[in-house]
Amino acid sequence: MAISRLSSRSNTFLKPAITALHSPIRRHVSTDTSPITIETAVPFTSHLCESPSRSVETSSEEILAFFRDMARMRRMEIAADSLYKAKLIRGFCHLYDGQEALAVGMEAAITKKDAIITSYRDHCTFIGRGGKLVDAFSELMGRKTGCSHGKGGSMHFYKKDASFYGGHGIVGAQIPLGCGLAFAQKYKKDEAVTFVLYGDGAANQGQLFEALNIAALWDLPAILVCENNHYGMGTATWRSAKSPAYFKRGDYVPGLKVDGMDALAVKQACKFAKEHALKNGPIILEMDTYRYHGHSMSDPGSTYRTRDEISGVRQVRDPIERVRKLLLSHDIATEKELKDMEKEIRKEVDDAVAQAKESPVPDSSELFTNMYVKDCGVESFGADRKDLKVTLP
Amino acid sequence: MSAILQGAGAGAAAALSPFNSIDSNKVVAPSRSSLSVRCKRYIVAGSDDGTNQSFGSSSLVARRSQPLMIPNAVSTTKADTAASSTSSKSGHELLLFEALQEGLEEEMDRDPHVCVMGEDVGHYGGSYKVTKGLADKFGDLRVLDTPICENAFTGMGIGAAMTGLRPVIEGMNMGFLLLAFNQISNNCGMLHYTSGGQFTIPVVIRGPGGVGRQLGAEHSQRLESYFQSIPGIQMVACSTPYNAKGLMKAAIRSENPVILFEHVLLYNLKESIPDEEYICNLEEAEMVRPGEHITILTYSRMRYHVMQAAKTLVNKGYDPEVIDIRSLKPFDLHTIGNSVKKTHRVLIVEECMRTGGIGASLTAAINENFHDYLDAPVMCLSSQDVPTPYAGTLEEWTVVQPAQIVTAVEQLCQ
Repeated sequence: MAISRLSSRSNTFLKPAITALHSPIRRHVSTDTSPITIETAVPFTSHLCESPSRSVETSSEEILAFFRDMARMRRMEIAADSLYKAKLIRGFCHLYDGQEALAVGMEAAITKKDAIITSYRDHCTFIGRGGKLVDAFSELMGRKTGCSHGKGGSMHFYKKDASFYGGHGIVGAQIPLGCGLAFAQKYKKDEAVTFVLYGDGAANQGQLFEALNIAALWDLPAILVCENNHYGMGTATWRSAKSPAYFKRGDYVPGLKVDGMDALAVKQACKFAKEHALKNGPIILEMDTYRYHGHSMSDPGSTYRTRDEISGVRQVRDPIERVRKLLLSHDIATEKELKDMEKEIRKEVDDAVAQAKESPVPDSSELFTNMYVKDCGVESFGADRKDLKVTLP
Repeated sequence: MSAILQGAGAGAAAALSPFNSIDSNKVVAPSRSSLSVRCKRYIVAGSDDGTNQSFGSSSLVARRSQPLMIPNAVSTTKADTAASSTSSKSGHELLLFEALQEGLEEEMDRDPHVCVMGEDVGHYGGSYKVTKGLADKFGDLRVLDTPICENAFTGMGIGAAMTGLRPVIEGMNMGFLLLAFNQISNNCGMLHYTSGGQFTIPVVIRGPGGVGRQLGAEHSQRLESYFQSIPGIQMVACSTPYNAKGLMKAAIRSENPVILFEHVLLYNLKESIPDEEYICNLEEAEMVRPGEHITILTYSRMRYHVMQAAKTLVNKGYDPEVIDIRSLKPFDLHTIGNSVKKTHRVLIVEECMRTGGIGASLTAAINENFHDYLDAPVMCLSSQDVPTPYAGTLEEWTVVQPAQIVTAVEQLCQ
C-alpha cells in the first residue's frame, strides 16, 4: 500500500512539474519513505492499560499523504455545504470538517481487511476507505451512480470491498453491529479488527454498554472509538454525561484518550489499539476532536457555542494547519508547493461535483430493486399469476 | 431424541474451535410447569354460562360438556391433511421442538457459517429445548449464550450477517424482541436496500410468541402484527413438526432476513416426518383441507381451532377449505386467490389483535385483489384488542374459540 501511495504521489507531483515551465525542482525528500520520528503534542491518557509511546514513526511521504487526504476531505465537506445551500443535497447532511485527522490517522494504522463502521457523519470515512469523490457526491445528490445507487443518501455510504460498513442514521445502532462484525472476524479467524465509531452523544446509549459487555465477555477484536467533538447536537458533554471521561466508561475495558486533531497521535493510538484488540479483546479510544460546522446543515452551530470558540479551535488545533507546519518545519515541502497542491485538490473536487451533477437520477423501476435478494416476494401475486415457485439454493 | 444427538458432524465442529471444552454434566432443563402442555385441552368458550355465544344445535352442546383432548393433534386429523406431511413409509415421530432442533442441526452441519445466539441457548439447552444438545456438539463459538440484551445481540447478529455469517437469533419470547425493534427494522430490514444491494442480511430471527396458558399480558404478545410493515424482511409461521423443520431449513438457507414465528403451545405436537431431507417453500401457503363452500385462512395455533371447528362443520354439512397461510409476509395470494375463486367466501381466523393484525392486512389484500370473486364480505375473527389477562376464563375469551368459528361460517354461508 505504501508503494502504491508512493507512485501515485510522485505521479501527481511530477505531472505539474513536467507540464509547468516554471515549477520549482521537486525535493527528493518530499517522497521519501525513510522514517521520521515525531513527538505528539499532547500525551495519551490511559485507563487500565499502558499508554503508547509519544514518539510516532512516520515518513515524509506519509505526512504529505495526510495533508493531501485531509485537504481533499475538507474541500469535499465545504463543497457539500454549498451544494446543500443550493438545494442539490436535501434532507440531512452531517459534515466532518475539523475531524479529518481521525479518518486519515486511522487509515494509516490499519489495512482494508480491518472493518470500520460509523454513524451518519460518514463522508470522510468513506473517502478514507478508498471511496471516490464522484461516488460520494452522486450519492449525496441522489443519483444512480452514487455509492448506494442513490437509495441511501448522506447517512448511508457503504463500501463492502474496503470493509466499510457504513453509514447509520440511528444514534448508537451501529455499535452492536460493529461488535457483530468483530464477532464474525473472530469466528472466521481473520486476524483483523473492527473500529466502531460513535459520538459523545451516542456514548450514553444503553446498547453501547450491552455490546461492550458481550465484546469483553467473548474477547472480540472490537475497538470502540468515541469521536468526542464535545457536542451531542446542541447539548454539550457536561450537560449530557455525568462522567464525560468516555475512555473510562468501559469500566473493566481499557481505554485511551487521544488528541483527535493530531493525525499522528491518532495513527499511534489506532496501531496500539489494533495490537491490543487482537490479543486482549476490546478497548475504547476517546478521540478529542471538534467539528466546525453545526451538527448538520440544519444547525447553525452557534446557538450553543460561541463563534470565538470555533475560531479559537481553528487557529490553535486545526489538523490541516498542524500538518502543514510539520511539513514546512521538516522541510518536506514549501509553502508554494502546498498551495499548489490545495489548488489541485480544489479542482479535483470541483470536477467531481460537476461530474456528479451530470449523472442521471435512478429510474422508477429502481424503487423495488434490492428489497430482497433475488427480489423474492417483491410482487403481490395476483389471481392470474403463473405457478411460480421460488427455488432455494 | 438420542438418535438426533448422536448425529455425526464432527467435521463441521472441528473446523471451528470452541472457546472451552464444555462440561458434560450440564444442567438438565427443569420440569416445565404451565408452559409444557402435553396435550391441549380445549374448553369451548362460554361452556359455563353460555352468555357470549348462542349455540344452536344440541350436538354442539353435547360436545361442549366434555373437554376435547387432542394429544396427537396432527396424527388424528391426518386423513384431512392433504399436504401437511408426505406419506412416506419410513418416517420418524417427533415433537415440534425436536423437529425445529433437527432442522437447525442439519443446517449447522451443512454450513459452518450458521451459528445460534440467544439467551440460554447453549449450556441450558434452550428455554423450550429447541437448541438442546447443540452446544455440546458444535461448541461455544457456534451456539452462543448471550447476556440479556436483546438490542445488542440482535444487532450483533445482523452485523455478523453483513460479513457473511448466518446467525439464527433466538428471542426467548417474541415479545422481548420489541427491545430490538430498532435493529430489526432499520438494520435488518433496510440495509440491503440502503446499501444499494452491497450487503445481504441472511439472519433468521425466531422465537415463541402468541397467547399461552395464563402467561400474562407481556408474555402473550403477537409480534407479527408489529413487524409486518417492515420492508425487506420475510415472516413465516410454523404450525406442525413437518413445516417447522422445513421452514427452519428454508429460512436459514434464505439470503433474506426471515422472522420465524413459533407458538408457545405448539412445541409438544407430535407428528411423523420423513427421514429424507426436505425443505418447505417460504412463500407458500399450505392446503390443510380442501373444500368447496368457504375458504378459511389461518396460521399457527389457530389452525388447530379451525380444524376442530371443521369437524363440527363437516357434521353439519359444510365443506370448508382450510388453508394455513404460513407465509405472513409476503402473503401467498396465488394459493389464496385460487381458493377464493373456487369458494367465493373467506373467513380469516387469527390470533393477532383486531386492530392492525395480520388478518387486517390480509382482508385488505383479498378485497383489493379478488373483489370480483367474493359473494360475501371477508370476515376476520381475531383476538380482542385487550392485553391478555391472567385469569384463565378471561384469557379464553380473548382468543378465537372453535365455536365462534362455527358460528361465523354458518353466518357467511347463509
